[in-house]
Amino acid sequence: MSRNGVRFFQVGSFAVGNRLLDPEDRTVQADEQRSNSLTSGHRACQGCGEALGARYVLDAAMRASNGKVVVANATGCLEVFSTPYPESSWRVPWMHSLFGNVAAVASGIAAALAVQGRDGVRVVAQAGDGGTVDIGIGCLSGMFERNDDVLFVCYDNQAYMNTGVQRSGSTPPSARTATTDAVGSEPGASFGQGKDVPAIARAHGVPYVATATIADLRDLEGKIEKAIPMRGSRYVHVLVPCPLGWGSAPADTIRVARAATECGLFPVYEAERGEVVGVTRIRRKVGVDEYLSIQGRFSHLYSPVRRADVIDRIQKIADSNIRRFRLE
Amino acid sequence: MRHPFAITLDVASSLANKTGGWRVERPVFVDRLPPCNDACPSGEDVQGWLYAAESGDYKGAWRRLVRDNPMPATTGRVCFRPCETACNRVQVDEAVGIRSVERFLGDHAIGEGWSFPGRMSTASGNVLVVGSGPCGLSAAYHLRRAGHRVTIYETSASLGGMLRYGIPAYRLPRSVLNAEVRRIVDMGVTVETRHRVDDVLAAREDGRFDAVLLALGAPLAHHVPIPAVDSAYVLDALSYLHGAASGHPPQLGRCVAVYGGGDTALDAARTALRLGAEEAVVVYRRTGSQMPANSEEYEQALAEGVQMHWLSTVARAGDGELLVERMELDDTGFPQPTGVFETLEANALVLALGEETDLSSVDRAIDIHSSDGVIDIGPTMMTGHPGIFAGGDVVAGERSVTAAIGNGKKVARQIGAWLSGENVSAGSRHPLAELSSLNTWYYADAPRTVQAELERARRLTTFDEVVAGLNETDALFEARRCMSCGSCLECANCFGMCPDNAVHRVLDPLAKGPLAGGDGVLRAGGVRPFAFDYDYCKGCGICVSECPSGAIVMEPEVI
Ligand SMILES: Cc1cc2nc3c(=O)[nH]c(=O)nc-3n(C[C@H](O)[C@H](O)[C@H](O)COP(=O)(O)OP(=O)(O)OC[C@H]3O[C@@H](n4cnc5c(N)ncnc54)[C@H](O)[C@@H]3O)c2cc1C
Ligand SMILES: Cc1ncc(C[n+]2csc(CCOP(=O)(O)OP(=O)(O)O)c2C)c(N)n1
Ligand code: SF4
Ligand SMILES: [Mg+2]
Repeated sequence: MSRNGVRFFQVGSFAVGNRLLDPEDRTVQADEQRSNSLTSGHRACQGCGEALGARYVLDAAMRASNGKVVVANATGCLEVFSTPYPESSWRVPWMHSLFGNVAAVASGIAAALAVQGRDGVRVVAQAGDGGTVDIGIGCLSGMFERNDDVLFVCYDNQAYMNTGVQRSGSTPPSARTATTDAVGSEPGASFGQGKDVPAIARAHGVPYVATATIADLRDLEGKIEKAIPMRGSRYVHVLVPCPLGWGSAPADTIRVARAATECGLFPVYEAERGEVVGVTRIRRKVGVDEYLSIQGRFSHLYSPVRRADVIDRIQKIADSNIRRFRLE
Repeated sequence: MRHPFAITLDVASSLANKTGGWRVERPVFVDRLPPCNDACPSGEDVQGWLYAAESGDYKGAWRRLVRDNPMPATTGRVCFRPCETACNRVQVDEAVGIRSVERFLGDHAIGEGWSFPGRMSTASGNVLVVGSGPCGLSAAYHLRRAGHRVTIYETSASLGGMLRYGIPAYRLPRSVLNAEVRRIVDMGVTVETRHRVDDVLAAREDGRFDAVLLALGAPLAHHVPIPAVDSAYVLDALSYLHGAASGHPPQLGRCVAVYGGGDTALDAARTALRLGAEEAVVVYRRTGSQMPANSEEYEQALAEGVQMHWLSTVARAGDGELLVERMELDDTGFPQPTGVFETLEANALVLALGEETDLSSVDRAIDIHSSDGVIDIGPTMMTGHPGIFAGGDVVAGERSVTAAIGNGKKVARQIGAWLSGENVSAGSRHPLAELSSLNTWYYADAPRTVQAELERARRLTTFDEVVAGLNETDALFEARRCMSCGSCLECANCFGMCPDNAVHRVLDPLAKGPLAGGDGVLRAGGVRPFAFDYDYCKGCGICVSECPSGAIVMEPEVI
């Protein structure tokens, strides 16, 4: 819930701002002086969660580092919609890597800065789920093992959105993508496949691992502010709904992310050196239906008939998360 | 500029790419009418004054409050709070304690000695107000603020009408009432107490008044013939309460029966207990749930030991006892006699069967008509006689303090308009802010603050106020439970959650700072703390979905 303990009635700690809060207790996003690291005019779709997540993360990183951030960005939507040559939406030093090697590029930047003795400059690597979970995982694992001084942020929209919504190792079971048709007895992506990268990161024993969503701004900003000054490899995994790929209404982007955490399918937690040290508890618990039924990629679970069997299996995943992470 | 190998164009910013062209719908800020404001019989801007109170700007809040209602410490105690019944927060957890905050502001203003803001215009009519209940006082206040000369004639020795001679002091302390009455009189109202108007036409002529307001209330007890033995002691509740309020209460004996089911009945029973009766029994024809009395007062009466005798009618008042007949509800919920009788001990029977008007002062004005005992008025609240208006309990409508105060405001405006030969233009009403247009996720979980009550022993022996006010911390907390339905509360969700940075803060050009953080006054003047940048807004509608208070809507883009 409230990460920094702001107990404030009316809009409490859930809204972006509050006219009655002391300026130092306000979020970065409430500040009219925020850096707007990703500025207007980018070509992300209406209601893009990834664009929002990237601005949240980098504006917080900018504030936490006094404006000293270098960013390496893997190929993917975030790179494509922000930098059609010769325009750029970035207002931070920013470098485009290949699809799969952003962790290595960021490690190199960190090494170069270390050689120059510029340890006040912080390095952020960012990638989509494809660039993290699939093609980028080798470089990422190496970076973790060497404990390079990089904050790696994965914007997880659960598929390869940039190339037309193909399945990734982060696509949830039963979701329809361009490569997992909603046909047959087990329509959409299979159960039991895919990778839990936050768990993989924890298994490397790196200093800091966290999950977050764009529906809880204070929590996300708090995690970035905590991660930025830490040394060594840090990993933050942010759930960013994609209206196009998920078949959700652009206006519902935040709502979908909120439902993902409130039903338990996306546990929000943080871990230090592999050990879970904090979870964000569910505030108003909902069933997985609340989450699934507002997304076109799960529409085959609701029509022509409600697939209670499949929905139950998904509910069991949520229930197991709730138990494992003590989300209630 | 020299370009590196294979580069031909200068680096540019995406700001050159105006994504506003993608839009088919555009977000716009709106003001919707909060249900509390909609329900307030005095037409208070409840959400508006709570908004100022939330920031600790109590003076701003009070000033906003007294724009409509000059007696907030009074209504903060005795109003039946239709606002809280309508409050959207009922559906989230519990209604905002609007009345408790109103009382806090009213008491705070008395404590600080705040006076009303000055005159708003320089009208110069000479108006007679007959009767000094809440309707008359409110009208006097609004007429004075508009600049008119006002004279009040009042039969009783003191001003206040039923606030003074009906509602007992344990619900409305006289120090509070006096302070609020005095503040109105201090605006320069001429007052003549112990002045009963016997003939309104003569009074108007004698005083050369341009207009008259009849705010006569309903001061007479409704009488039902009840067979009684000669030695039976039967009196009506209004005169009993009037006597108690004036310091000359009739002695009723050990055991008192009150006949009726309204607030007046409960007030009479509670007063009797305080004045020494050992038992007070309310006899009512129907059941408890059908009682017209306010549920809050009912609970308090029970807590004080008032006994309830449902489904009974009084058949005969005897000497020290009552004969009552048991009733039964028929299929339509109407009480029917059963022929079964019982006897109750009662040294006195107090009748509280309703209040009626006394229209003898308008007998000679043949063009003032009445129906069912109340004066007929037109849409401008004028009676059939030009220049003579009426409001409050003497006309048809809800009988309550807040309704009377609202009537006073409305009639003052109508009198002013009539005197200047203008029409009052009916302001357009905004659409209602329904709960479905709010995103309640963002409101912190906050249970309602409970007002403390006096312990029972002191309630049975004194007229000390039963319900305590909130301290500042609790009042602030309670004010902050308001969800600002339908009005921007400056949470910055639109500003922070737009993926396209297409919402800007509006800076106050004078103060060179952000408007947000202000007290809402600027906003009320039409300036808003946020603005859309339609050059870049793609029309996703996240701002609409995530606006807690429903203050943004999507409108089709005109192409
Ligand atoms: C016991 C009791 C308890 C109540 N409790 C509540 C409550 O808790 N909450 C609530 O909202 N409402 C309550 N009410 C109702 C509320 O008091 C009335 O609706 C309200 O006072 C009506 O205001 P008014 O100004 O129209 O009339 P009134 O308050 O009745 O005032 C009329 C005044 O006109 C004067 N007057 C009449 N004729 C003349 C004349 N010819 N010349 C000069 N002066 C004259 C009278 O003396 C009186 O002072 C209660 C009523 C009673 C009787
Ligand atoms: C080696 C390589 N293979 C394939 C591609 C094509 N490609 C570009 S972006 C992308 C998918 C990106 O998916 P993800 O990392 O999840 O980011 P998203 O677009 O969803 O934000 C692919 C397959 C590439 N650029 N390089
Ligand atoms: S959130 Fe931004 S892009 Fe979306 S409708 Fe509002 S202003 Fe436009
Ligand atoms: Mg992706």
